[in-house]
Amino acid sequence: MPRLSPTDIEQIATLARLKLTDQEKERYASQLSVVFEYMEILREVSVDDISETSQVTGLEDVTREDVPIARSDEVKRKLIAAFPERVGNLLKVPAVFHENLESRK
Amino acid sequence: MLLNELTIVEAADGLRKKKFSSVELTEACLKRIHERNETLNAFITVADESALLEAKRADKQIQKGVAVHALTGVPFSVKDAICVKDIRSTGAAKILDSYLPPYDATVIEKIRLLGGIMIGKTNCDTFGHGASNENSMYGPVKNPHDETKVAGGSSGGSAASVADHMAVYSIAEDTGGSIRWPASACGIVGFRPSYGRNSRYGIMPMASSLDVVGPMAKTVADIALLMETMAGHDPKDATTVPDAVPAYTKKLKNKPATARLKIGIPKEYLELEGLNKEVKAVSETVITRLKEAGATIIPLSLPHTKYAIPVYYILVPSEDSSNLARLDGIRYGVRADESALYDLYAASRAKGFPDEVKRRIMIGTYALSAGYYDAYYRKAARVRTRIIRDFEEAFREVDAILAPTSPFPAFGLGEKKDDVLAMYLADIFVSPAAVAGIPALSVPVGKTKAGLPVGMQVIGKRLGEEIVLSIGSLLEGICK
Repeated sequence: MPRLSPTDIEQIATLARLKLTDQEKERYASQLSVVFEYMEILREVSVDDISETSQVTGLEDVTREDVPIARSDEVKRKLIAAFPERVGNLLKVPAVFHENLESRK
Repeated sequence: MLLNELTIVEAADGLRKKKFSSVELTEACLKRIHERNETLNAFITVADESALLEAKRADKQIQKGVAVHALTGVPFSVKDAICVKDIRSTGAAKILDSYLPPYDATVIEKIRLLGGIMIGKTNCDTFGHGASNENSMYGPVKNPHDETKVAGGSSGGSAASVADHMAVYSIAEDTGGSIRWPASACGIVGFRPSYGRNSRYGIMPMASSLDVVGPMAKTVADIALLMETMAGHDPKDATTVPDAVPAYTKKLKNKPATARLKIGIPKEYLELEGLNKEVKAVSETVITRLKEAGATIIPLSLPHTKYAIPVYYILVPSEDSSNLARLDGIRYGVRADESALYDLYAASRAKGFPDEVKRRIMIGTYALSAGYYDAYYRKAARVRTRIIRDFEEAFREVDAILAPTSPFPAFGLGEKKDDVLAMYLADIFVSPAAVAGIPALSVPVGKTKAGLPVGMQVIGKRLGEEIVLSIGSLLEGICK
């Protein structure tokens, strides 16, 4: 595993939607390099013929009826009150599309 | 004895016999909080008003003598990463600084329906990311036994609130060791049940394949009582198991014959290089006493123990990075003042998350990215199978495994704060059971010369909560 540079960190942060300062990029580059270097000890473990564990309950195909659950007006009011910005009862969000699409990653 | 120092069982008895009221008990806890919270920083939000209203209601219920349960009228605290209706629940993150959940988490709803008194929301490492509570955006929690030491993490506030008698018990969450390690550091009992035993509906998710909700209390009997209330299938959490919930308190009273108990001692724990000498000595004394009590002690090996930390710190940040994508400043929480969508996401998250959350999101994003997925996530998920098999093999021979909860007692505030890897390694003894999804109970078993608590954990097989609680109760008896 090559050491992570501040440029690598910037790329990862872009994917993760995190705005970082230059100092943070430097700091995280060295800290994350140490962490990933430590992960290398997993190479010692042979996992041929070993399957992945992604859950431990053994439960499969847990389903329910796809029906809406009614919520009280009180809950609706509280959810709307939690919106950071709103117009009436509508959630206000910035435009998804820009004139200059290339300016955004 | 002060009212706030009672256990649940003692408080329930006093309430039922009308020796005191729920209002008096709740006032005693609130008084303690107001005396001590400025120093310990165990609570982010104290619910004085609603707690007293609930206590009055509980007193009426007790007066009438209808539907009175052991939890009726008894005050408890809740880790801030668990939603409580209409009470600020931040997860110790500024992005949720003013978030008011419109509903209770299922486990909280169950307790409140019985008349439990929700007294306040406890401090923790933000979203549970940490082992010292120093990653909280609301400041670290101090250890009630020594204010220069950490309370452990991530549920440090819950542990301190119980150890310092600000609440009778606490409901918390354990992904890697967040209940057991702070319980050990603060000298109380903390239980991580089997994954799937308790509903996680309404908790702020960290790593969905590991997260469990569990109780923290003063005695194993209290833990059994709480588990009986909390456990069970929840249609709102598809990972909860449909298995019937055993009568834990009843089972605890019918103790198994100690002479028939086979307890495994894994060498990877007690022979760890760097294990604190006092922790080792206390642990060895406990093992000797168990032997004297008639239990069969079987030394064994869990060869993949040392890989639990790297497995954990790949799987957990990966799941974290995906779970935390929901916090983007759009629908709720703090929104940064940016006009373009990408900038709004990136700036809201930058402001609302502490360093450790950002690090974990990035570790996860990297580990899951194209070209690295096989080397990190898939590899870790396969080594996880090895760790599970180690335990399965061990449980063919023994009823339970006993090991120190942590390689050291509570460490100094600031001691590991800037050493990311050292902080990750603090979870070395608690992460294996978490990765395997099996139950583990930390019980206080002694103290260091300086007076810091030492805990040991009883680890059991999947859904084998009863035996773990029984052995925990046995340990409690021999360590008195």
